[in-house]
Amino acid sequence: MAAANPRLTPPLALGLPLGVFFVVFVFAPLALLLWVSLHEDPTLTRFGFGQYVKFLGDGFNLSVLGGTLWLGLRVTLLALVIGFPLAWLYTRAAPRWQGLLLVMIVLPLLTSAVVRTFAWVVILGRQGIINNALLDLGLISEPLRLLYTPGAVVVALAQIELPLMVLPLITALANIDPNLRQASLALGAGHWRTFLRVTLPLAVPGLLAGCLLVFASSVAAFVTQTLVGGGQQMFMPFYMYQQAVQANNYPFAAAIAILLLICVLAVVVLVNSLGRLSKGFVHA
Amino acid sequence: MLISGTVIDPATVPKPARASARSRLDALSFNLAIGGLGVIAALLLLAPTVIVVITSFTSGFSLRFPPPGYSLRWYEALWTQSPELINAFLLSAKLAAVATIVSIGLGVAAALALARRPEAWARLAEAVFLSPMMLPSLAIGLSLLMLFNLAGSGLSFTTLVIGHVAITAPYILRTTTASLQQLDGALLESAHSLGASPVFTFRTVTLPLIARGVAAGAFIGFMYSFDNVAVSLFLSDARSEVLPIRMWQIIESNLDVRAAAVSGVLVGATLILMVVMERVAGISRQMR
Repeated sequence: MAAANPRLTPPLALGLPLGVFFVVFVFAPLALLLWVSLHEDPTLTRFGFGQYVKFLGDGFNLSVLGGTLWLGLRVTLLALVIGFPLAWLYTRAAPRWQGLLLVMIVLPLLTSAVVRTFAWVVILGRQGIINNALLDLGLISEPLRLLYTPGAVVVALAQIELPLMVLPLITALANIDPNLRQASLALGAGHWRTFLRVTLPLAVPGLLAGCLLVFASSVAAFVTQTLVGGGQQMFMPFYMYQQAVQANNYPFAAAIAILLLICVLAVVVLVNSLGRLSKGFVHA
Repeated sequence: MLISGTVIDPATVPKPARASARSRLDALSFNLAIGGLGVIAALLLLAPTVIVVITSFTSGFSLRFPPPGYSLRWYEALWTQSPELINAFLLSAKLAAVATIVSIGLGVAAALALARRPEAWARLAEAVFLSPMMLPSLAIGLSLLMLFNLAGSGLSFTTLVIGHVAITAPYILRTTTASLQQLDGALLESAHSLGASPVFTFRTVTLPLIARGVAAGAFIGFMYSFDNVAVSLFLSDARSEVLPIRMWQIIESNLDVRAAAVSGVLVGATLILMVVMERVAGISRQMR
């Protein structure tokens, strides 16, 4: 992979523009965010951990944080349960179907997330397809309130983030030697046991990568959380926005942002160390 | 004796007769359950988008599905009575185009500098440059707003572009790096030993071979920037309103059916661009 001749390696200075851009417009702002969050008052005169004490000492704030992480966990699990069979279907499909399936998986990812969220607002609305079908079947006498419920956010986000789960799973499943599955079947393990004992463990690296992407996107999914969740359910991104823009309380908004960042980074570190463990397991 | 070929066909393996009914049940239940779930998932991926496109052709005044009748009235209303939505669309397109062009410059240069270096720090630098893909973009928007407030620069189109470059450059860096790493080093060696200058080699060997990767990253970055709400929410000034924020407001407040017509236009445009990019850059393979 590496060019043997050092003169063939492009100069490192080419990386400088992006490096400078990142230092000035990504890292410096994040450092500033941390610095602002360490102030007791919106005018930034008194230094201290007051914002964090205030956040972590209050039941409502903790329930917003807990609710956001719980949302991420449920979305990730649901996306895994429906995403894994889809990835499995892809690897077992004939090549010409594979092309079509891949386009079907990638297309939603490129379609506006605002549009796909709006689609769920239409589906779950009082005159949406679900309520109309249930009314026509005579199962209900008046439309159910589906939108703005906790379940609605989980289902909508799991569907919206599904491609992020499926793509790494496809890569992982495609890398598994088909002989292993055949050998397991030939030795009499059966399809279910082969799936649980051979395919699933070997797909763990892709599974973890997919889970990480879905979790990180769903806890930060401002648009879907606000439009499908409604005003009754508060999650960290909207709380941060509200505190910054509506309440003008920048130190508190910054503390919310830092706590959300820390949670996402903690999950990244945890999943990566699980990934290292699973690699040892795969080669064992 | 069974493991003679490269692939063992389970059909050739003799099995005890009494187990065969159970193994057939096992195969059937497995294929039905996992295969069925897979098919449902595939349909579930497309269904919401299809439903919103059908709804956009409604003749009624609400987002009823199935619609009471079909017409183009909401597309007409969009074209003739909605200058604010058209302006928002044009602003979003301009913003995404400028941010993508800047990101191509920064991202491709950085990928060239890092991708073919074997050292561990080069991988680390790449991971750092890709980090905005994992970070909540609302936090990136808020932190940049604080920076511009501190600098006293105020908000403008430029601040929007800066925020969008921070989130689009990683996509271009990623696809360009992937195509550079697949590049056969022997080609560069040959060009060098035949006396080609580094710039000439880049233009005639490297660039044609990585063009598909760059194009794929640019396309993904453009779509991502065009759709972004979280960063724009903090960084746009009072006069400039991008399309996804406008849509967010419509859906949150009065559920105007024009939002469905905008969705129809965006889905159609994405579909056309996707077909073009599939031909040009094999986009669906690049995203794996």
